[in-house]
Parts: sequence; C-alpha cells; structure tokens
Amino acid sequence: MNAILKSPFAWLLKREYWESRRSFLRAQVIAAGVIIVLSILGVIVAEATRARWSGHIEMGGNGNLTEVLQNALSHNIDGLVRALDGMMLMFGMLAAIVLFFVVFFYLLGALYDDRRDRSILFWKSLPVSDTATVLSKVVSAVIVAPLIAAVVVLAAYIVQQIVMSLWFAAHGLNPFPLLWAHVSPFSTWLHMLAMIPVNALWALPTVGWLLLWSAVARSKPFLWAVAVPIVAGVLNFWVQLLGMPHVDVRFMWGDLVGRSLLSVMPGSWMAVYANAPDIARLANMDEANRHVGTYGMMYHAFATPEMWIGAIVGIALIAAATWFRRWRDEV
Amino acid sequence: MNVAAEAVAEHPASRPASGQDAVVHARGLTKRYKNAVALDGTNFEIGRGRIVGLIGPNGAGKTTALKAILGLTDFEGELSVLGMDPRRERPLLMREVCFIADVATLPRWIRVQEAIDFVAGVHPRFDRAKCERFLARTKLTANQKVREMSKGMIVQLHLAIVMAIDARLLVLDEPTLGLDILYRKQFYQSLLEDYFDEDKTILITTHQVEEVEHILTDLLFIRDGKIALSTTMEEMGARFAEVLVNADQVEAARALKPVDERAAVFGKSIFLYDSADPEQLAQLGEVKRPSVSDLFVAIMKGTYA
Repeated sequence: MNAILKSPFAWLLKREYWESRRSFLRAQVIAAGVIIVLSILGVIVAEATRARWSGHIEMGGNGNLTEVLQNALSHNIDGLVRALDGMMLMFGMLAAIVLFFVVFFYLLGALYDDRRDRSILFWKSLPVSDTATVLSKVVSAVIVAPLIAAVVVLAAYIVQQIVMSLWFAAHGLNPFPLLWAHVSPFSTWLHMLAMIPVNALWALPTVGWLLLWSAVARSKPFLWAVAVPIVAGVLNFWVQLLGMPHVDVRFMWGDLVGRSLLSVMPGSWMAVYANAPDIARLANMDEANRHVGTYGMMYHAFATPEMWIGAIVGIALIAAATWFRRWRDEV
Repeated sequence: MNVAAEAVAEHPASRPASGQDAVVHARGLTKRYKNAVALDGTNFEIGRGRIVGLIGPNGAGKTTALKAILGLTDFEGELSVLGMDPRRERPLLMREVCFIADVATLPRWIRVQEAIDFVAGVHPRFDRAKCERFLARTKLTANQKVREMSKGMIVQLHLAIVMAIDARLLVLDEPTLGLDILYRKQFYQSLLEDYFDEDKTILITTHQVEEVEHILTDLLFIRDGKIALSTTMEEMGARFAEVLVNADQVEAARALKPVDERAAVFGKSIFLYDSADPEQLAQLGEVKRPSVSDLFVAIMKGTYA
C-alpha cells in the first residue's frame, strides 16, 4: 500500500487533486452544506411555528411537537426508513449533479489550461510520459472525483443525522433507535460506491471526447467540444427532413451526441437500462424505482453493447488525446 | 547567407573536440513548418562538461533546435541526446535532462511545498534536501503559491528545483527574460557555483549575450536554420581579432580581408579579422579580442536586410 501511495502515478493523482481541490472537494462540500443549512432552517421554522401556535391554537394533545413526532414515528417506521433513505439519495443525487459539472469542466481544462499558461513546459521537463499524464487525468475524473463526492455524501448524511438527533433529543426522544439503527441508508451509500466503476466505464466516450478537444483546441475547448456534436446533430436532422440519406436521428442524438457529452453524468447508463424489456415489464413506477441502482442493474449494464462499444470508442479518443499531448507543437 | 559566415562555418578549427563524448549529436537536423524551414540540415555537437551558448537572431531556429533536443517536437535527420532518441525515449531522457524554458512556466496554482513534493515523487534523481538548502537562501516560504510570487521569485524556485536534480544536460531557453539585473546576476552565479561541474553540460539560448559571455565555454551561432559558427571560446580568442585602425591605415586594413568593418570614434574604424596574422594586425593598431556580441553582429550581418 505504501509503495502504491509513493509511486509516481500516485503523485500524478495528487497533483490533479491539488490543482482541482476547489471543484473536487469544495464544490461538493458547499452543495451538501446548503442542504444541511436548509434542514437546520427547517427545524428552526418548525420550532418557531410550534411556539406561535401553541399559544393560540389548541392542537391534538397539548400542542406538543414531541407527541406529534412520537405518534408519527410509532405508526410509520417504514416511512421513516424511507425518509432516511431519501435523505441519503438526495445528497447522492445532488453530489451527482455537481460531479457532472465538475468533471465536465475539469476534463475540458485538463490538457488545455497548462498549454494556455505554458506550464506544460514545466510538466514536460519531468520524467513522466504523456500516457501517464493523460491517464492520471482520466482516473482523477472517473475515480478520484466520484470517491471524494461519495465521502462528502456520507459525511453530509452523518452531519444531517446529528442535527436531527439533537432535535429529537431536545424533545426527549432517543435518536438512536429512531435515526441510527437503520442500515438501509448506509447500504444505499454502498450502492453509490459500487456504482462508481459502472459510471466510470460508461463515462469513457465523454471523457475521451472532452480530453481530445482539451488537447487539440487552440482556444475555447468548450465551444469546440459542444458545438461539433450539436451542429452535426442539427445538420443530420435537416438532412433527414430533406429526405436524403442520414444517420438515424435517435441514434445520432442519443448514442453520438448524448454519449459524447453527457456520459459523465453519474447513473446516466440507467437510461439504457430503462428501455430494456425486463424493466419495461415492471408495471408501476414504485417497483421500477426500487430497482434503480441495484446491483442487478449494474450487472446488467455491463452486459449491454452500449457500454462496451462506448468504452472502446472512449479509449480510442483518449489515445488520440494522448497523441496530441505528445506531439502538439505550439509553445 | 553572407560570405563571411560561410567562410567562418567551414573553418577547420570551428568544430569543438568532442567525438564520442558528445552529449548532443545532430546530423542533418531538419524541421519544416508549413511556411518556413526552421532547421535546415543542421549539424552540431555539444561536448560533456561544456557551457554552450546557442545564439542567433529571432526565427533562426534556436527554439526549434532546443525543442528537438528535448523531444518536444518531431523532426527529420539524426539526433542523439545522451545516446537516446528524444522522439522515442523522452520519458527516460528527461531523467537526465532538465530545462527551464522562459521564466514563469511554473503552474500558478502550485505551492512551494507541493512543487517540491511532486518533483521528489516523480523524479528519481531529485535531492530534496539540496533543494530545501537552496530555498533557505531565498525568501520563499513553503506555503507560498506561485501566483503570489514575483517573476524573480518564480525563477528562484524553478532554479532551486532544477539544481537539485542530478541531470547531465541542462537546457536554458531565455532563462532570465524579464528579470531585473539582481536576479539575472544571481541566476548565473548560482549555476556556476552550486551546479556546474565537469560531468554536466549546460546549453543556453539568450538574447542577452553580454551577460553569459563570461561563463560560456563554447559558442554556436545559428542562422537560417544552419550553424554559422561553432567554436570554443579559446579558439575564438585565437582566431578572431579586432583592431582599432586610424583613418590613414584603413586601406591597409581592408587589404587583409576583414570579416567586418565598422566605424568608431575620432574617424577611426574597427576591423574584425578571422585567422589573420597577429603580427600584421599589430602594425595596424591596437588589437583585442572581440566580444561575443560584436562577433555575432559581424557574422549575422545582412540577416534582416
């Protein structure tokens, strides 16, 4: 383990983290922090409302929130578990959205920013191959950043639980059997963790596409990376309207444009799975939702051709980006 | 190309003795860009333990030559650096070669401590203690970010890192551009005192010829992608001579086929000679060794014409 942490590649990853800790870590902490602050405000509002009402309105019992809570909880422990689960999912989904933007722009800048400020000349003065450099950026985008996000999600959930525990305790309720005894939210978190490799493999076409423009563009890699597929999609659509030979429009937008720009969205592979016959059979949404993110679903995603064709294209794009990183000669 | 430069390049003594000891060995080095030829079948050699100035006007191919040596660009021809091909063996080569290209190429977000940790992590020949010793002489602090430093401080940091790497070839491309005079002097002083030894080789390009003149052991003048002069400083002193000639002696001076002639004060002229007879020159007037910049100007005459 120690040897791994001290290997040159580990230092490349640390380097990426140092440069991007603002987005990798801080953006996630801020996003989760906003939710926690909101829920604290929610508690304060609830308390303030109770204080006002208890003076004027006769509530069930003697207007005691403790009783209200107690009643609600004792009757519906299932609902509580689902709410706790939902809390974890909410942190997770928020982190996923933040992660999408963070990783998208990280990749666009990964091989571009140091060309712009000429610090590439410093990096290239060290005995590090361009392949290792590019790989360190891929790993940072699809493994390191999601892992950091997952840790922040877990920490945020725990902080949230502590806030709720204090609130419960203030009302004389023991938070441990209520809030902490349920493992379900933690297994939801383990699912999120287990999803990282699936997300990573699925993200490769977007990773490659963005890195390629990052390595190639003389300026404005964002514009190139986004405009090229979208313009191609629109042109293809017009050609189709004119009745001339064209690429299937669904394939064009979904598999070409979508995969080249949006695959870094965690869990976006589920869209493919949603079309699969065995989930279409699931009658109600509830059942389908419960299926989302299960290990079976991840296993299934690995069996789709979309996953592997995308990965191969992604690897080819990453190889092209590496070539440009090696030979692009402009500084 | 002017006649003088041609003659100079072909002079038999103009090849530094290096042979198999060569750190850099280039034969027929050629690099074409879309609209221009940057290197035109260039041949040169750089020996071990030398401090070589690669000097030429803008656009002469200096930077391209350095980029070829550092494996940053593709090229035609034959080039070996420390016995390696920079195109194929770049990562390995960079263990033995260091370079400072321009000032301020350190990433702006990095902290002093991070820079040291990173280089120590990826460079097997980096000596952290040595680097920290160099840094202790400066005002830099471990937590300082490059973006908070002046240009001079950035160069101090870069130099401290590079000098702590036990490399065999150090390439400096305009290393002191934009620095004030104190930092410039200190820069070369440190290199000589704390870094250079007979196993190391330094290759410098700079426009500020005067400030490296006294530390160079070899000169390479490059012009239009070709080497216009390759000589050691001792040979240069023996070969070239400058004579301050009174107005009445000018015709006699011209008869000795000077490489260059320029006006001086009081109606006198300065003539530059290549391999002339010292006794004959002494009769014309006061003889001295030309400065590198005067020699450069003489050989490059007509470049921008």
